[in-house]
Amino acid sequence: MNTSALITLLLAQGIVIAFTAYFFWKVLTTPQKSEPDSYADNDNQAR
Amino acid sequence: MTSANNEAWGSRIGLILAMAGNAVGLGNFLRFPVQAIQNGGGAFLIPYFVCFLLMGIPLLLIEWSTGRFGGKNGNHSTPYILDSMASGRFWKYVGVFGIWTNIAVAAYYCYIESWTMAYVFHSVIGTFVGKTQAEVAAFFGSYTDVMQSTTGIPYEAIIFYVICLGLNTYILSRGLSGVEKVAKVGMPLLILFGVILALRGITLGTSGATEAIPNANAWDGINFLWTPQFSSLTDPKVWLAAAGQIFFTLSVGMGTIHCYAAYLKSKDDIALNAFSAGFMNEFVEVVLGSMIVIPIAAGYLGLDWVKANAGFGMAFQTMPYLFQQWGTVLAAIAGVMWFGLLFFAGITSSLAMGTPWMGFMTDEFGWNRKSGAYSFGLLVLILGLPTVLLFNYGVFDEYDYWAGTVALVVFALLETFVFVWIFGINRGWQEITTGADMKVPVFFKYVIKYITPYLLLFVFLGSLITPKGKDWSGAFNNLLNGNGWALDNASIIKQIGLADLHEQLAAATDAAVIANLEDKIFYVTIARLLLLLLFVGISAVVYIAYKKRLTERLKNNL
Repeated sequence: MNTSALITLLLAQGIVIAFTAYFFWKVLTTPQKSEPDSYADNDNQAR
Repeated sequence: MTSANNEAWGSRIGLILAMAGNAVGLGNFLRFPVQAIQNGGGAFLIPYFVCFLLMGIPLLLIEWSTGRFGGKNGNHSTPYILDSMASGRFWKYVGVFGIWTNIAVAAYYCYIESWTMAYVFHSVIGTFVGKTQAEVAAFFGSYTDVMQSTTGIPYEAIIFYVICLGLNTYILSRGLSGVEKVAKVGMPLLILFGVILALRGITLGTSGATEAIPNANAWDGINFLWTPQFSSLTDPKVWLAAAGQIFFTLSVGMGTIHCYAAYLKSKDDIALNAFSAGFMNEFVEVVLGSMIVIPIAAGYLGLDWVKANAGFGMAFQTMPYLFQQWGTVLAAIAGVMWFGLLFFAGITSSLAMGTPWMGFMTDEFGWNRKSGAYSFGLLVLILGLPTVLLFNYGVFDEYDYWAGTVALVVFALLETFVFVWIFGINRGWQEITTGADMKVPVFFKYVIKYITPYLLLFVFLGSLITPKGKDWSGAFNNLLNGNGWALDNASIIKQIGLADLHEQLAAATDAAVIANLEDKIFYVTIARLLLLLLFVGISAVVYIAYKKRLTERLKNNL
């Protein structure tokens, strides 16, 4: 594999993986909003 | 107006996975790598990411925010979402695109989805064992010819289509929770299968080389795909291809994102959700999509074969043969994983296509979700059977062109116009940022106002007046030299007049070929009439809903 292909691959995939991971981490760590929110699964959870 | 539609998403992750599933489709694995190979290799990623930033993300933000805005007023599909954003009766009929496109695309998309189901079945029962590459390719032709049977079951293609559509209808009849469950199971499995196959693609190396193809090397495929040919960046064709790929991979311009987002409350986030779902789609496309088909094909058939044959057909006509090189058991497992991931990519998209119609009928006529789902299934069946029965007569391609390509660009252009100039960019920006769990860079406000609409116009005009041979620089030179603008048969203007088929007919001398082309022109015309009839029919339903709303308003005022 030539160097320019390797750099392009690592750069493109690295950017995409980093942003995807960052946004998912942010979704998972952001506190839930107070009820009533849009989601039904947490309706019975104590706040 | 009060809607009877009181459904809700179960969880935030469920919504993001459903949205990502809506975007992830077969194109992530089959269209993206081929587009990259044909448009500058690694350099294609530059216009691709530029278009993602300037058109993809802005459209996601527009559609998520307008969807949530519509939901606040009890509107869960585009006719009345647009109507609530703009004054004038006209816009609700523009919103018809957001239902029409989905039914028309589902009609042929479910057929592709049914192929993946059938190919999982054939991988398990060992249909491809011992078959040559030509025989595996020919199998696809036999399968799509409804008069032939590959299993002994008569009308097999129709049966798989009906099973697939029935499954979609059943899941839709369970409401949003059914859609969410499929996304929660399907998306992780899709990624798992994709990662396993991609690892195989990366590690294949030269182990697939044979006496017949001694220089076969999977890394040649990866190398070819990622080597940047920077000279391609000056070609408008490459930029149009990148814009088109971003457009279709994100499922924007369909009305499905609006519908899913309409079930959110106004204080809940849409910005972070939109970025998460959008980047998940990019992960599947750029990371997984580029590492399966091309390296595995190059690893067994060589780079020259890939250059000559890279295309959509490889998924069904080539991959089952390549898997056979891994031995009977592993071939069956690989077949289940490959067609399984394509099936999950397909069903998470086709389910999204059912929701705008169901949302509209519930909002306007108080239908329950079962009635909505079954009526959607029936409409898709009526419209879809011609694609199955007349697959070789161009009906499938005709639906794909008008509903799956042109309509998306037209609708995205119009909705962006409404969002920026009628609803107003300041109100729009407020909708995007309200409840946001992230700071949305203000850069996007200016991009949405000053760049995205013109980029969409560029994509639309590029399709409307595509020059002959897609040679843009040659076409501009000809125009400047007073030689006019020769249109390509792929341009919308030429497509309207079926120029390609008429040219073939004029050149044909064989009676059988002439008869076949005449049949094609006839069936393609019928397909167009069916699409037109559907659009008029949905517009009539929207008109009835409008009259019903007027009557209810009058009653309330009395």
